[in-house]
Amino acid sequence: MSDRQIPPPPKGGAGALLPPDAGRDRPLFLVAAILVFLACIAALGARGAIVQAQAWTSDLETSLTIQIRPVEGRDTEADARQAAEIATEIEGIAAATAHGRDHAEALIAPWLGQDNLPDDLPLPLLVDVELNPGSAPPVEALQSALDEAGLAASVDDHARWAGAVKRAAGLARTLGISLLALLMGAAAAVIAFAARASLAARIDVIDALHLSGAEDGFIAQLFQRRFFMLGLKSGTAGALIAVIVSLLVSWGDTPADMLFFLPRWSMNPFELLMLGLAPLLSGATAALSARLAVATDLRQRW
Amino acid sequence: MRYGRGPEVLRDLSFDLPRGSFQFLTGPSGAGKTSLLKLIYLAMKPSSGSISFFGQDTATLPREDLPLLRRRVGVVFQEFKLLNHLSVFDNAALPLRVTGRKRSEYAEDVAELLAWVGLGDRMDANPATLSGGEQQRVAIARAVVAQPEILIADEPTGNVDSDMAMRLLRLFVELNKLGTTIVFATHDLQLVRLLDAPVMTLSNGHLHIRPPRSQRLRPEPLESEVYVEDGPAEDEHE
Repeated sequence: MSDRQIPPPPKGGAGALLPPDAGRDRPLFLVAAILVFLACIAALGARGAIVQAQAWTSDLETSLTIQIRPVEGRDTEADARQAAEIATEIEGIAAATAHGRDHAEALIAPWLGQDNLPDDLPLPLLVDVELNPGSAPPVEALQSALDEAGLAASVDDHARWAGAVKRAAGLARTLGISLLALLMGAAAAVIAFAARASLAARIDVIDALHLSGAEDGFIAQLFQRRFFMLGLKSGTAGALIAVIVSLLVSWGDTPADMLFFLPRWSMNPFELLMLGLAPLLSGATAALSARLAVATDLRQRW
Repeated sequence: MRYGRGPEVLRDLSFDLPRGSFQFLTGPSGAGKTSLLKLIYLAMKPSSGSISFFGQDTATLPREDLPLLRRRVGVVFQEFKLLNHLSVFDNAALPLRVTGRKRSEYAEDVAELLAWVGLGDRMDANPATLSGGEQQRVAIARAVVAQPEILIADEPTGNVDSDMAMRLLRLFVELNKLGTTIVFATHDLQLVRLLDAPVMTLSNGHLHIRPPRSQRLRPEPLESEVYVEDGPAEDEHE
């Protein structure tokens, strides 16, 4: 080579081997962000339903209710108080609270209205029984004691309700996880399709890389990096929108009967972790999907 | 060799490329020069027969072994195949980069090579802004930067004027003197006549190999009918 002075190499890093997909990535970004948003909402919804169901079943499983039926000639309120006293003597019961007629009227007020009940209308009264933590509900012992005392009382362990709530929570969890899996699968399929399209659009670059001695893994890694970043960015956007939407839902005036079905946003570490992981999961899904798609396509070439 | 279910493009070819040799490959357009070169630089597999490449049969070569063989071959494409989203420097450095080497390891060498091919002051330029001759020299720099054992050039002078063609040919001769095996495909007979090198001529899918002028027993004309594109027939004979 000549003795002339060698110019210094250009400063700065090496340029990206894959050309920028000016504008072509935008629709994909949008689709991925929407999928991540839906996945976050599904996950938050499932999580909210499970937490709600756990709270409900926990309340139901750590308490019993004694219903005192009105019997002609007997003081129902006195029977309720006696039932409470009997209950506190049973092993495993921490406390029992007898409720009077006012409580019973308040319970049926939503259906019959306030002040519409005749004073002589017989109403069953309730006794709330609180169990010791970890104790099995002593339903039979309590029922026997109440029967022996001659009270027209029946003990309800809420098993029917707790079972229904548990089944609903399980269904919500299964639906949430299934929806999450479906959305992730859809995202992976969309990314794989986009990666293949990107590969086909840049076949000139791929040829140049191949003929320069690039291994398939090297080329697949280029696409993997590009789609990881796209997945990360769209995942961040989708997760942020999910946060905003769930905050709006939580702050809105939600009817009580809808609470079970709507995600209940709370700033606890689990939800934060879940939303924080969403972009990473999205990026990882995109990267893996793109790598597999490109590697498969490259294998079909020589 | 054939493309898909089409007719055979090349058949009954048998030749060696001695290490350190300089070979011309000539023939009319459509004779199969580019197809033959594609077989040599491992862009295609032969549909039948075998090619022994550095002692390995490419027909049975596992895919994962291809990159290592390709790194021993430099290619100057007829249409350059430069990447316009990369600078001249990054284009020239591509074969080193794909091996995973860091920029700091090769930057000085690439700069020196680009200066050698006369592009020391265009390293930052986008290839699309270069003239045909400059693009050709970038393609040559990229082909030789990894010091390949074989350099294949497909019509490297096809897009440049005669002065630039001469300069490029001298560049290839220099590289050959440094030990690189050269296969120089051209249909420019004036260039072929300048060197005392073997000439492989492709015509209708068949290959005719003519030894170097100094080894011929009697003057042997080049087949004028395959060079009519280049000018009057009387100019085509030695």
